[in-house]
Amino acid sequence: MEILKQRPSRNPKEVLTFVLLVSLSSVTLLTTLGVILSLVGDVVQFFRRVPLLEFLLAPEWTPLFAEPRYGIAPLIAGTFLVTAIALLVAIPLGLSLAIYLAEYASGSTRPRIKGTLELFEGIPTVVFGYFALLFVTPLLQWAIPDLNIFNPLSAGLVMGFAIIPYVSNVAADAMESVPRSIREAAYALGARPYEVALRVVFPAAISGIIAAIILATSRAIGETMIVAIAAGQRPTLTLDPRETIATMTSYIVQAATGDQPTGSTAFYALFAVGFTLFLLTLLLNILAQWVVERYRERYE
Amino acid sequence: MVSLELLKDHETVRSAPVTEAEALVDVRRLNLWYGKKQALYDISVRFPRNQITAIIGPSGCGKSTLLRSLNRMNDLVPGVRVEGEVLYEGVNIYDPRVDPVAVRRQIGMVFQKPNPFPKTIFENVAFGLRLMGFKGSELEDRVVEALKRAALWNEVQDRFRKESGLRLSGGQQQRLCIARAIAVEPPLLLMDEPTSALDPIATQAIEDLITGLKQHYTVVIVTHNMQQAARVSDRTLFMHLGVLVEEGPTELIFTKPKHPYTEAYITGRFG
Ligand SMILES: Nc1ncnc2c1ncn2[C@@H]1O[C@H](COP(=O)(O)OP(=O)(O)O)[C@@H](O)[C@H]1O
Ligand SMILES: [Mg+2]
Repeated sequence: MEILKQRPSRNPKEVLTFVLLVSLSSVTLLTTLGVILSLVGDVVQFFRRVPLLEFLLAPEWTPLFAEPRYGIAPLIAGTFLVTAIALLVAIPLGLSLAIYLAEYASGSTRPRIKGTLELFEGIPTVVFGYFALLFVTPLLQWAIPDLNIFNPLSAGLVMGFAIIPYVSNVAADAMESVPRSIREAAYALGARPYEVALRVVFPAAISGIIAAIILATSRAIGETMIVAIAAGQRPTLTLDPRETIATMTSYIVQAATGDQPTGSTAFYALFAVGFTLFLLTLLLNILAQWVVERYRERYE
Repeated sequence: MVSLELLKDHETVRSAPVTEAEALVDVRRLNLWYGKKQALYDISVRFPRNQITAIIGPSGCGKSTLLRSLNRMNDLVPGVRVEGEVLYEGVNIYDPRVDPVAVRRQIGMVFQKPNPFPKTIFENVAFGLRLMGFKGSELEDRVVEALKRAALWNEVQDRFRKESGLRLSGGQQQRLCIARAIAVEPPLLLMDEPTSALDPIATQAIEDLITGLKQHYTVVIVTHNMQQAARVSDRTLFMHLGVLVEEGPTELIFTKPKHPYTEAYITGRFG
Protein backbone atom coordinates (compact mmCIF):
# COMPACT_ATOMS: atom_id res chain seq x y z
CA MET A 1 0.00 0.00 0.00
CA GLU A 2 1.67 3.16 -1.25
CA ILE A 3 -0.40 5.38 0.96
CA LEU A 4 0.85 3.77 4.15
CA LYS A 5 4.46 4.58 3.37
CA GLN A 6 3.96 8.31 3.22
CA ARG A 7 4.02 8.98 6.91
CA PRO A 8 4.07 12.71 7.51
CA SER A 9 6.92 12.48 10.02
CA ARG A 10 9.22 11.12 7.29
CA ASN A 11 8.70 14.13 5.10
CA PRO A 12 11.96 16.14 5.31
CA LYS A 13 10.21 19.53 5.47
CA GLU A 14 7.99 18.22 8.23
CA VAL A 15 11.02 16.98 10.16
CA LEU A 16 12.90 20.25 9.69
CA THR A 17 9.98 22.34 10.89
CA PHE A 18 9.58 20.11 13.90
CA VAL A 19 13.26 20.30 14.84
CA LEU A 20 13.28 24.06 14.38
CA LEU A 21 10.21 24.61 16.53
CA VAL A 22 11.42 22.29 19.26
CA SER A 23 14.84 23.91 19.41
CA LEU A 24 13.38 27.41 19.49
CA SER A 25 11.01 26.55 22.32
CA SER A 26 13.81 24.81 24.19
CA VAL A 27 15.95 27.95 23.96
CA THR A 28 13.22 29.95 25.67
CA LEU A 29 12.65 27.29 28.26
CA LEU A 30 16.36 26.79 28.93
CA THR A 31 16.95 30.52 29.30
CA THR A 32 14.20 30.73 31.90
CA LEU A 33 15.59 27.73 33.72
CA GLY A 34 19.10 29.22 33.51
CA VAL A 35 17.92 32.45 35.08
CA ILE A 36 16.24 30.57 37.90
CA LEU A 37 19.24 28.31 38.49
CA SER A 38 21.75 31.17 38.53
CA LEU A 39 19.50 32.88 41.08
CA VAL A 40 19.28 29.73 43.15
CA GLY A 41 23.06 29.51 43.55
CA ASP A 42 23.26 32.99 45.04
CA VAL A 43 20.14 32.43 47.11
CA VAL A 44 21.76 29.34 48.65
CA GLN A 45 24.84 31.45 49.44
CA PHE A 46 22.61 33.94 51.22
CA PHE A 47 20.88 31.36 53.37
CA ARG A 48 24.24 29.90 54.39
CA ARG A 49 24.95 33.20 56.08
CA VAL A 50 21.50 34.27 57.24
CA PRO A 51 19.05 31.86 58.89
CA LEU A 52 15.71 31.47 57.14
CA LEU A 53 13.90 32.47 60.33
CA GLU A 54 15.77 35.77 60.47
CA PHE A 55 14.78 36.39 56.84
CA LEU A 56 11.13 35.61 57.47
CA LEU A 57 10.64 37.12 60.93
CA ALA A 58 13.08 39.95 61.59
CA PRO A 59 11.31 43.32 61.59
CA GLU A 60 14.08 45.24 59.88
CA TRP A 61 15.92 45.20 56.59
CA THR A 62 19.28 46.94 57.08
CA PRO A 63 21.97 45.05 55.13
CA LEU A 64 24.40 47.97 55.18
CA PHE A 65 24.33 48.70 58.90
CA ALA A 66 27.23 47.78 61.13
CA GLU A 67 24.92 45.20 62.69
CA PRO A 68 22.85 44.24 59.65
CA ARG A 69 19.35 42.77 59.90
CA TYR A 70 17.82 40.77 57.07
CA GLY A 71 14.08 40.68 57.68
CA ILE A 72 12.10 40.70 54.42
CA ALA A 73 8.89 41.87 56.18
CA PRO A 74 9.44 45.64 55.67
CA LEU A 75 10.00 45.11 51.95
CA ILE A 76 6.93 42.91 51.66
CA ALA A 77 4.90 45.45 53.62
CA GLY A 78 6.10 48.20 51.27
CA THR A 79 5.23 46.16 48.20
CA PHE A 80 1.86 45.25 49.67
CA LEU A 81 1.05 48.86 50.51
CA VAL A 82 1.87 50.27 47.08
CA THR A 83 0.13 47.37 45.33
CA ALA A 84 -3.01 47.74 47.44
CA ILE A 85 -3.24 51.47 46.72
CA ALA A 86 -2.65 50.85 43.01
CA LEU A 87 -5.39 48.20 42.92
CA LEU A 88 -7.82 50.48 44.76
CA VAL A 89 -7.43 52.82 41.79
CA ALA A 90 -7.07 50.31 38.96
CA ILE A 91 -9.86 47.85 39.80
CA PRO A 92 -12.86 50.20 39.94
CA LEU A 93 -11.65 52.40 37.08
CA GLY A 94 -10.41 49.50 34.96
CA LEU A 95 -13.58 47.48 35.39
CA SER A 96 -15.85 50.45 34.70
CA LEU A 97 -13.87 51.06 31.55
CA ALA A 98 -14.15 47.37 30.63
CA ILE A 99 -17.94 47.44 31.05
CA TYR A 100 -18.11 50.56 28.95
CA LEU A 101 -15.92 49.02 26.26
CA ALA A 102 -17.73 45.70 26.12
CA GLU A 103 -21.34 46.84 26.49
CA TYR A 104 -21.69 50.48 25.55
CA ALA A 105 -18.95 51.55 23.13
CA SER A 106 -19.99 51.30 19.49
CA GLY A 107 -18.19 48.99 17.11
CA SER A 108 -15.93 51.76 15.81
CA THR A 109 -15.04 53.53 19.08
CA ARG A 110 -14.15 50.31 20.88
CA PRO A 111 -10.92 49.52 19.00
CA ARG A 112 -9.91 53.20 19.14
CA ILE A 113 -10.20 53.35 22.91
CA LYS A 114 -8.47 50.01 23.33
CA GLY A 115 -5.65 51.19 21.06
CA THR A 116 -5.24 54.37 23.08
CA LEU A 117 -5.07 52.33 26.26
CA GLU A 118 -2.41 50.11 24.73
CA LEU A 119 -0.39 53.21 23.87
CA PHE A 120 -0.81 54.38 27.46
CA GLU A 121 0.47 50.99 28.54
CA GLY A 122 3.60 51.64 26.48
CA ILE A 123 4.63 54.85 28.28
CA PRO A 124 7.96 54.17 30.06
CA THR A 125 7.28 53.85 33.77
CA VAL A 126 10.12 56.23 34.57
CA VAL A 127 7.87 58.97 33.19
CA PHE A 128 5.11 57.94 35.58
CA GLY A 129 7.68 57.88 38.40
CA TYR A 130 8.71 61.49 37.92
CA PHE A 131 5.10 62.49 37.35
CA ALA A 132 4.31 61.03 40.78
CA LEU A 133 7.29 62.65 42.48
CA LEU A 134 7.15 66.09 40.88
CA PHE A 135 3.44 66.61 40.31
CA VAL A 136 1.25 64.27 42.37
CA THR A 137 3.24 64.36 45.60
CA PRO A 138 3.24 68.18 45.92
CA LEU A 139 -0.48 68.13 45.20
CA LEU A 140 -1.07 65.51 47.89
CA GLN A 141 1.19 67.32 50.36
CA TRP A 142 -1.07 70.29 50.02
CA ALA A 143 -3.95 68.15 51.30
CA ILE A 144 -1.94 65.92 53.69
CA PRO A 145 0.69 68.14 55.34
CA ASP A 146 2.71 65.38 57.07
CA LEU A 147 3.18 63.40 53.87
CA ASN A 148 6.80 62.56 53.15
CA ILE A 149 8.30 63.63 49.84
CA PHE A 150 8.87 59.98 49.09
CA ASN A 151 5.70 58.09 49.93
CA PRO A 152 3.77 55.01 48.77
CA LEU A 153 0.51 56.94 48.44
CA SER A 154 1.62 58.99 45.48
CA ALA A 155 3.50 56.08 43.89
CA GLY A 156 0.52 53.76 44.41
CA LEU A 157 -2.01 56.20 42.95
CA VAL A 158 0.05 56.83 39.83
CA MET A 159 0.83 53.14 39.44
CA GLY A 160 -2.90 52.49 39.70
CA PHE A 161 -3.45 54.62 36.63
CA ALA A 162 -0.52 53.01 34.86
CA ILE A 163 -1.98 49.51 35.24
CA ILE A 164 -5.58 50.40 34.29
CA PRO A 165 -5.08 49.07 30.73
CA TYR A 166 -4.07 45.67 32.08
CA VAL A 167 -7.35 45.44 33.95
CA SER A 168 -9.61 47.08 31.39
CA ASN A 169 -8.44 45.44 28.17
CA VAL A 170 -8.21 41.89 29.51
CA ALA A 171 -11.53 42.21 31.35
CA ALA A 172 -13.18 43.73 28.26
CA ASP A 173 -11.92 40.83 26.14
CA ALA A 174 -13.43 38.41 28.64
CA MET A 175 -16.76 40.24 28.59
CA GLU A 176 -16.83 40.52 24.81
CA SER A 177 -16.38 36.78 24.49
CA VAL A 178 -19.64 36.12 26.36
CA PRO A 179 -21.98 34.82 23.63
CA ARG A 180 -24.43 37.26 22.08
CA SER A 181 -27.24 34.75 22.52
CA ILE A 182 -27.03 35.18 26.28
CA ARG A 183 -27.25 38.95 26.05
CA GLU A 184 -30.29 38.55 23.80
CA ALA A 185 -31.95 36.30 26.36
CA ALA A 186 -31.54 39.02 28.96
CA TYR A 187 -32.80 41.79 26.69
CA ALA A 188 -35.81 39.68 25.73
CA LEU A 189 -36.69 39.41 29.42
CA GLY A 190 -36.79 43.19 29.60
CA ALA A 191 -33.36 43.86 31.09
CA ARG A 192 -31.90 47.33 30.59
CA PRO A 193 -28.37 47.62 29.21
CA TYR A 194 -26.82 48.19 32.65
CA GLU A 195 -28.70 45.15 33.98
CA VAL A 196 -27.44 43.04 31.11
CA ALA A 197 -23.89 44.25 31.81
CA LEU A 198 -23.96 43.82 35.58
CA ARG A 199 -26.24 40.81 36.08
CA VAL A 200 -25.39 38.70 33.06
CA VAL A 201 -22.21 39.61 31.20
CA PHE A 202 -20.07 40.53 34.21
CA PRO A 203 -20.79 37.32 36.16
CA ALA A 204 -20.46 35.22 33.02
CA ALA A 205 -17.01 36.67 32.42
CA ILE A 206 -15.92 36.52 36.05
CA SER A 207 -13.05 34.09 35.49
CA GLY A 208 -11.44 36.35 32.89
CA ILE A 209 -12.09 39.39 35.07
CA ILE A 210 -10.42 37.83 38.10
CA ALA A 211 -7.52 36.76 35.92
CA ALA A 212 -7.20 40.35 34.68
CA ILE A 213 -7.05 41.57 38.27
CA ILE A 214 -4.48 38.97 39.26
CA LEU A 215 -2.29 39.82 36.28
CA ALA A 216 -2.54 43.52 37.10
CA THR A 217 -1.57 42.66 40.69
CA SER A 218 1.48 40.82 39.53
CA ARG A 219 2.34 43.80 37.33
CA ALA A 220 1.99 46.12 40.33
CA ILE A 221 4.19 43.90 42.50
CA GLY A 222 6.88 43.74 39.86
CA GLU A 223 6.70 47.43 38.93
CA THR A 224 10.02 49.06 39.70
CA MET A 225 10.62 52.58 38.40
CA ILE A 226 7.59 54.33 39.84
CA VAL A 227 8.24 53.07 43.36
CA ALA A 228 12.00 53.54 43.15
CA ILE A 229 11.53 57.16 42.18
CA ALA A 230 8.47 58.20 44.16
CA ALA A 231 8.02 55.87 47.15
CA GLY A 232 11.51 56.13 48.56
CA GLN A 233 14.21 53.66 49.44
CA ARG A 234 13.98 53.32 53.18
CA PRO A 235 12.62 49.89 54.23
CA THR A 236 10.07 50.51 56.97
CA LEU A 237 7.71 48.03 58.54
CA THR A 238 4.58 50.11 58.29
CA LEU A 239 1.23 50.30 56.54
CA ASP A 240 1.06 54.08 56.86
CA PRO A 241 0.93 55.46 53.31
CA ARG A 242 2.49 58.76 54.38
CA GLU A 243 5.85 57.29 55.41
CA THR A 244 8.81 56.65 53.21
CA ILE A 245 9.18 52.94 52.46
CA ALA A 246 10.95 50.57 50.12
CA THR A 247 9.48 47.74 48.08
CA MET A 248 11.23 44.56 47.02
CA THR A 249 11.78 45.97 43.56
CA SER A 250 13.02 49.38 44.67
CA TYR A 251 15.45 47.67 47.03
CA ILE A 252 16.78 45.60 44.16
CA VAL A 253 17.35 48.73 42.06
CA GLN A 254 19.03 50.43 44.95
CA ALA A 255 21.28 47.48 45.76
CA ALA A 256 22.13 46.69 42.17
CA THR A 257 23.19 50.26 41.49
CA GLY A 258 24.93 50.54 44.87
CA ASP A 259 28.40 49.38 45.79
CA GLN A 260 28.05 46.17 47.80
CA PRO A 261 31.20 44.15 47.19
CA THR A 262 30.54 40.97 45.22
CA GLY A 263 30.40 38.03 47.58
CA SER A 264 29.28 40.01 50.63
CA THR A 265 26.10 39.03 52.46
CA ALA A 266 24.47 42.27 51.36
CA PHE A 267 25.26 41.28 47.79
CA TYR A 268 23.61 37.88 48.16
CA ALA A 269 20.65 39.50 49.90
CA LEU A 270 19.80 41.07 46.58
CA PHE A 271 19.22 37.62 45.12
CA ALA A 272 17.18 36.46 48.09
CA VAL A 273 14.82 39.40 47.56
CA GLY A 274 14.76 38.81 43.83
CA PHE A 275 13.90 35.18 44.34
CA THR A 276 11.09 36.03 46.76
CA LEU A 277 9.68 38.43 44.18
CA PHE A 278 9.97 35.77 41.51
CA LEU A 279 8.14 33.19 43.64
CA LEU A 280 5.38 35.64 44.48
CA THR A 281 4.70 36.60 40.86
CA LEU A 282 4.92 32.99 39.76
CA LEU A 283 2.35 32.02 42.38
CA LEU A 284 0.03 34.80 41.24
CA ASN A 285 0.29 33.71 37.62
CA ILE A 286 -0.43 30.11 38.53
CA LEU A 287 -3.39 31.31 40.57
CA ALA A 288 -4.65 33.28 37.57
CA GLN A 289 -4.45 30.23 35.33
CA TRP A 290 -6.17 28.08 37.91
CA VAL A 291 -9.01 30.60 38.26
CA VAL A 292 -9.51 30.77 34.50
CA GLU A 293 -9.63 26.97 34.23
CA ARG A 294 -11.77 26.43 37.29
CA TYR A 295 -14.43 29.05 36.64
CA ARG A 296 -14.58 29.18 32.88
CA GLU A 297 -18.06 28.64 31.52
CA ARG A 298 -18.51 26.17 28.73
CA TYR A 299 -21.44 27.12 26.58
CA GLU A 300 -22.02 23.96 24.61
CA MET B 1 -40.82 31.90 -11.50
CA VAL B 2 -40.99 32.97 -7.88
CA SER B 3 -39.84 36.54 -7.86
CA LEU B 4 -40.11 39.49 -5.57
CA GLU B 5 -41.68 41.57 -8.31
CA LEU B 6 -44.61 39.20 -8.45
CA LEU B 7 -45.07 39.46 -4.70
CA LYS B 8 -44.44 43.12 -3.97
CA ASP B 9 -47.95 44.45 -4.41
CA HIS B 10 -49.33 41.19 -3.32
CA GLU B 11 -52.45 41.31 -1.23
CA THR B 12 -52.16 38.64 1.44
CA VAL B 13 -54.61 35.83 0.79
CA ARG B 14 -56.67 35.41 3.95
CA SER B 15 -59.03 32.68 5.07
CA ALA B 16 -61.29 33.14 8.08
CA PRO B 17 -59.67 36.47 9.02
CA VAL B 18 -59.15 37.28 12.68
CA THR B 19 -61.41 40.05 13.94
CA GLU B 20 -60.06 43.08 15.77
CA ALA B 21 -61.71 41.89 18.97
CA GLU B 22 -60.04 38.48 18.85
CA ALA B 23 -56.60 39.92 18.20
CA LEU B 24 -53.99 40.31 20.93
CA VAL B 25 -51.53 41.66 18.37
CA ASP B 26 -52.50 43.60 15.30
CA VAL B 27 -49.73 44.25 12.78
CA ARG B 28 -50.57 47.03 10.33
CA ARG B 29 -48.62 47.67 7.15
CA LEU B 30 -45.28 46.80 8.67
CA ASN B 31 -42.16 47.47 6.62
CA LEU B 32 -38.67 46.83 7.93
CA TRP B 33 -35.20 47.57 6.58
CA TYR B 34 -31.78 46.37 7.68
CA GLY B 35 -29.75 49.33 6.45
CA LYS B 36 -30.70 49.60 2.77
CA LYS B 37 -32.03 46.08 2.50
CA GLN B 38 -35.76 45.71 2.96
CA ALA B 39 -36.66 42.56 4.89
CA LEU B 40 -40.42 42.95 5.44
CA TYR B 41 -42.92 44.30 2.89
CA ASP B 42 -46.20 45.81 4.00
CA ILE B 43 -47.22 43.07 6.39
CA SER B 44 -50.67 43.17 7.96
CA VAL B 45 -51.81 40.35 10.16
CA ARG B 46 -53.61 39.69 13.45
CA PHE B 47 -52.59 37.18 16.09
CA PRO B 48 -55.61 35.87 18.06
CA ARG B 49 -55.58 35.48 21.83
CA ASN B 50 -55.00 32.06 23.39
CA GLN B 51 -54.20 30.50 20.09
CA ILE B 52 -51.03 29.28 18.51
CA THR B 53 -49.99 30.92 15.26
CA ALA B 54 -47.21 29.37 13.22
CA ILE B 55 -45.02 31.28 10.77
CA ILE B 56 -43.58 29.14 7.97
CA GLY B 57 -41.62 29.85 4.82
CA PRO B 58 -38.25 29.22 3.22
CA SER B 59 -35.04 30.25 4.94
CA GLY B 60 -34.37 34.00 4.80
CA CYS B 61 -37.99 34.95 4.06
CA GLY B 62 -38.23 37.14 7.16
CA LYS B 63 -39.89 34.85 9.71
CA SER B 64 -37.48 35.74 12.49
CA THR B 65 -37.57 39.39 11.52
CA LEU B 66 -41.36 39.51 11.77
CA LEU B 67 -41.27 37.67 15.09
CA ARG B 68 -38.60 39.96 16.50
CA SER B 69 -40.53 43.06 15.50
CA LEU B 70 -43.34 41.94 17.80
CA ASN B 71 -41.22 42.59 20.92
CA ARG B 72 -38.86 45.19 19.50
CA MET B 73 -35.85 42.90 19.64
CA ASN B 74 -34.88 44.26 16.22
CA ASP B 75 -34.11 47.56 17.94
CA LEU B 76 -30.87 45.93 19.09
CA VAL B 77 -29.66 45.56 15.50
CA PRO B 78 -27.77 48.68 14.39
CA GLY B 79 -29.25 50.32 11.30
CA VAL B 80 -32.75 48.90 11.57
CA ARG B 81 -35.66 51.03 10.40
CA VAL B 82 -39.32 50.22 10.93
CA GLU B 83 -42.46 51.71 9.37
CA GLY B 84 -46.02 50.80 10.17
CA GLU B 85 -47.66 49.78 13.42
CA VAL B 86 -47.72 46.85 15.76
CA LEU B 87 -50.69 47.19 18.09
CA TYR B 88 -50.40 45.19 21.28
CA GLU B 89 -53.60 45.35 23.33
CA GLY B 90 -54.47 48.29 21.09
CA VAL B 91 -51.25 50.23 21.83
CA ASN B 92 -48.73 50.80 19.05
CA ILE B 93 -45.47 49.49 20.50
CA TYR B 94 -43.52 51.60 18.00
CA ASP B 95 -45.03 54.81 19.33
CA PRO B 96 -42.08 57.04 20.37
CA ARG B 97 -43.54 57.30 23.86
CA VAL B 98 -43.33 53.55 24.38
CA ASP B 99 -40.33 52.13 26.26
CA PRO B 100 -39.10 49.03 24.42
CA VAL B 101 -37.98 47.52 27.73
CA ALA B 102 -41.54 47.68 29.02
CA VAL B 103 -42.69 45.94 25.82
CA ARG B 104 -40.20 43.12 26.30
CA ARG B 105 -41.33 42.58 29.89
CA GLN B 106 -44.83 41.85 28.56
CA ILE B 107 -43.71 39.51 25.83
CA GLY B 108 -41.66 36.37 26.31
CA MET B 109 -39.22 34.99 23.77
CA VAL B 110 -37.63 31.58 23.20
CA PHE B 111 -34.74 31.32 20.79
CA GLN B 112 -33.58 28.81 18.21
CA LYS B 113 -30.60 27.58 20.20
CA PRO B 114 -31.17 27.07 23.92
CA ASN B 115 -29.41 29.98 25.62
CA PRO B 116 -29.56 29.54 29.40
CA PHE B 117 -27.52 31.96 31.50
CA PRO B 118 -24.40 30.49 33.11
CA LYS B 119 -26.26 30.52 36.41
CA THR B 120 -28.13 27.94 38.46
CA ILE B 121 -31.45 26.59 37.18
CA PHE B 122 -33.16 28.61 39.90
CA GLU B 123 -31.40 31.84 38.97
CA ASN B 124 -32.19 31.32 35.30
CA VAL B 125 -35.90 31.22 35.96
CA ALA B 126 -35.68 33.93 38.64
CA PHE B 127 -33.94 36.40 36.32
CA GLY B 128 -36.98 38.11 34.83
CA LEU B 129 -38.85 37.94 38.12
CA ARG B 130 -35.99 39.69 39.91
CA LEU B 131 -36.02 42.42 37.26
CA MET B 132 -39.66 42.95 38.15
CA GLY B 133 -38.85 43.19 41.85
CA PHE B 134 -39.96 39.76 43.09
CA LYS B 135 -38.22 38.54 46.27
CA GLY B 136 -38.35 35.88 48.93
CA SER B 137 -41.01 33.19 49.03
CA GLU B 138 -43.08 34.74 46.26
CA LEU B 139 -40.07 34.55 43.98
CA GLU B 140 -39.46 30.93 44.92
CA ASP B 141 -43.09 29.97 44.34
CA ARG B 142 -43.11 31.55 40.91
CA VAL B 143 -39.87 29.81 39.95
CA VAL B 144 -41.21 26.40 40.97
CA GLU B 145 -44.51 27.08 39.23
CA ALA B 146 -42.73 28.00 35.99
CA LEU B 147 -40.55 24.89 36.13
CA LYS B 148 -43.70 22.80 36.57
CA ARG B 149 -45.46 24.45 33.65
CA ALA B 150 -42.40 23.92 31.49
CA ALA B 151 -42.49 20.21 32.39
CA LEU B 152 -39.01 20.34 33.85
CA TRP B 153 -39.79 20.19 37.55
CA ASN B 154 -39.73 16.41 37.91
CA GLU B 155 -36.31 16.18 36.37
CA VAL B 156 -34.64 18.96 38.34
CA GLN B 157 -36.46 19.31 41.64
CA ASP B 158 -33.66 17.77 43.68
CA ARG B 159 -30.90 19.91 42.21
CA PHE B 160 -32.37 23.09 40.73
CA ARG B 161 -30.83 25.39 43.33
CA LYS B 162 -27.27 24.22 42.87
CA GLU B 163 -26.90 22.94 39.33
CA SER B 164 -25.94 25.25 36.49
CA GLY B 165 -28.46 25.54 33.66
CA LEU B 166 -25.62 24.74 31.29
CA ARG B 167 -25.30 21.24 32.74
CA LEU B 168 -28.72 20.18 31.42
CA SER B 169 -29.26 18.32 28.16
CA GLY B 170 -30.27 20.32 25.06
CA GLY B 171 -33.96 19.53 25.40
CA GLN B 172 -33.91 20.31 29.11
CA GLN B 173 -32.10 23.57 28.42
CA GLN B 174 -34.80 24.59 25.98
CA ARG B 175 -37.53 23.77 28.50
CA LEU B 176 -35.53 25.82 31.02
CA CYS B 177 -35.58 28.73 28.56
CA ILE B 178 -39.35 28.30 28.21
CA ALA B 179 -39.69 28.28 32.01
CA ARG B 180 -37.56 31.41 32.19
CA ALA B 181 -39.78 33.12 29.61
CA ILE B 182 -43.13 32.14 31.14
CA ALA B 183 -42.09 32.79 34.76
CA VAL B 184 -43.03 36.45 34.37
CA GLU B 185 -46.44 35.40 32.97
CA PRO B 186 -46.17 37.19 29.64
CA PRO B 187 -49.52 37.22 27.83
CA LEU B 188 -47.64 36.65 24.58
CA LEU B 189 -44.89 34.11 23.96
CA LEU B 190 -42.71 34.26 20.83
CA MET B 191 -40.75 31.19 19.78
CA ASP B 192 -38.17 31.15 17.01
CA GLU B 193 -37.66 27.57 15.78
CA PRO B 194 -37.50 26.33 19.37
CA THR B 195 -36.89 22.70 18.43
CA SER B 196 -34.53 23.03 15.49
CA ALA B 197 -31.51 22.18 17.65
CA LEU B 198 -33.17 19.21 19.38
CA ASP B 199 -33.59 15.50 18.77
CA PRO B 200 -37.05 14.01 18.01
CA ILE B 201 -37.79 12.97 21.59
CA ALA B 202 -36.91 16.36 23.03
CA THR B 203 -38.89 17.96 20.19
CA GLN B 204 -41.93 15.87 21.12
CA ALA B 205 -41.68 17.03 24.74
CA ILE B 206 -41.50 20.68 23.70
CA GLU B 207 -44.41 20.33 21.26
CA ASP B 208 -46.58 18.79 23.98
CA LEU B 209 -45.60 21.66 26.20
CA ILE B 210 -46.45 24.29 23.57
CA THR B 211 -49.94 22.93 22.93
CA GLY B 212 -50.53 22.98 26.68
CA LEU B 213 -49.42 26.61 26.97
CA LYS B 214 -52.37 27.80 24.92
CA GLN B 215 -54.67 27.92 27.96
CA HIS B 216 -52.63 30.70 29.53
CA TYR B 217 -50.75 32.30 26.71
CA THR B 218 -50.92 33.47 23.15
CA VAL B 219 -48.12 31.85 21.18
CA VAL B 220 -46.44 32.79 17.91
CA ILE B 221 -44.01 30.14 16.72
CA VAL B 222 -41.64 30.24 13.79
CA THR B 223 -40.88 26.83 12.43
CA HIS B 224 -38.89 25.32 9.67
CA ASN B 225 -40.75 22.11 10.07
CA MET B 226 -44.14 22.00 8.35
CA GLN B 227 -45.30 18.91 10.22
CA GLN B 228 -44.65 20.80 13.40
CA ALA B 229 -46.74 23.75 12.23
CA ALA B 230 -49.52 21.34 11.29
CA ARG B 231 -49.31 19.55 14.65
CA VAL B 232 -49.21 22.47 17.06
CA SER B 233 -50.79 25.54 15.49
CA ASP B 234 -54.30 26.89 15.09
CA ARG B 235 -53.39 29.36 12.38
CA THR B 236 -50.51 29.50 9.92
CA LEU B 237 -48.77 32.33 8.11
CA PHE B 238 -46.81 31.55 4.97
CA MET B 239 -44.11 34.08 4.11
CA HIS B 240 -41.87 34.40 1.11
CA LEU B 241 -39.20 37.02 0.31
CA GLY B 242 -40.39 39.32 3.07
CA VAL B 243 -44.01 39.19 1.96
CA LEU B 244 -46.89 37.57 3.82
CA VAL B 245 -48.31 35.42 1.02
CA GLU B 246 -51.16 33.68 2.74
CA GLU B 247 -52.63 33.22 6.18
CA GLY B 248 -55.51 31.29 7.65
CA PRO B 249 -56.54 28.36 9.81
CA THR B 250 -53.77 25.76 9.77
CA GLU B 251 -56.03 23.02 8.47
CA LEU B 252 -57.04 25.08 5.46
CA ILE B 253 -53.50 26.21 4.68
CA PHE B 254 -52.31 22.62 4.65
CA THR B 255 -55.24 21.00 2.90
CA LYS B 256 -56.59 23.73 0.61
CA PRO B 257 -53.94 26.40 0.09
CA LYS B 258 -55.24 29.18 -2.12
CA HIS B 259 -52.06 30.75 -3.37
CA PRO B 260 -49.88 28.76 -5.79
CA TYR B 261 -46.71 29.59 -3.83
CA THR B 262 -48.23 28.28 -0.63
CA GLU B 263 -49.24 25.11 -2.36
CA ALA B 264 -45.80 24.71 -3.91
CA TYR B 265 -44.17 25.19 -0.51
CA ILE B 266 -46.31 22.81 1.50
CA THR B 267 -46.12 20.12 -1.13
CA GLY B 268 -42.35 20.46 -1.22
CA ARG B 269 -42.14 21.58 -4.85
CA PHE B 270 -40.63 24.92 -3.94
CA GLY B 271 -37.55 26.79 -4.97
N1 LIG C 1 -29.16 41.56 11.58
C1 LIG C 1 -29.35 41.56 10.26
N2 LIG C 1 -28.70 42.44 9.49
C2 LIG C 1 -28.89 42.45 8.14
N3 LIG C 1 -29.71 41.64 7.50
C3 LIG C 1 -30.40 40.75 8.20
C4 LIG C 1 -30.25 40.65 9.63
N4 LIG C 1 -31.05 39.66 10.08
C5 LIG C 1 -31.67 39.16 8.98
N5 LIG C 1 -31.28 39.80 7.86
C6 LIG C 1 -31.75 39.55 6.49
O1 LIG C 1 -33.14 39.67 6.47
C7 LIG C 1 -33.74 38.62 5.74
C8 LIG C 1 -34.72 37.87 6.61
O2 LIG C 1 -34.00 37.18 7.60
P1 LIG C 1 -34.70 36.34 8.73
O3 LIG C 1 -35.81 37.12 9.31
O4 LIG C 1 -33.64 35.90 9.68
O5 LIG C 1 -35.24 35.10 7.92
P2 LIG C 1 -35.78 33.68 8.41
O6 LIG C 1 -35.91 33.72 9.89
O7 LIG C 1 -37.07 33.50 7.70
O8 LIG C 1 -34.79 32.66 7.95
C9 LIG C 1 -32.62 37.76 5.22
O9 LIG C 1 -32.35 38.13 3.89
C10 LIG C 1 -31.46 38.12 6.09
O10 LIG C 1 -30.25 38.04 5.39
MG1 LIG D 1 -34.89 32.59 11.37
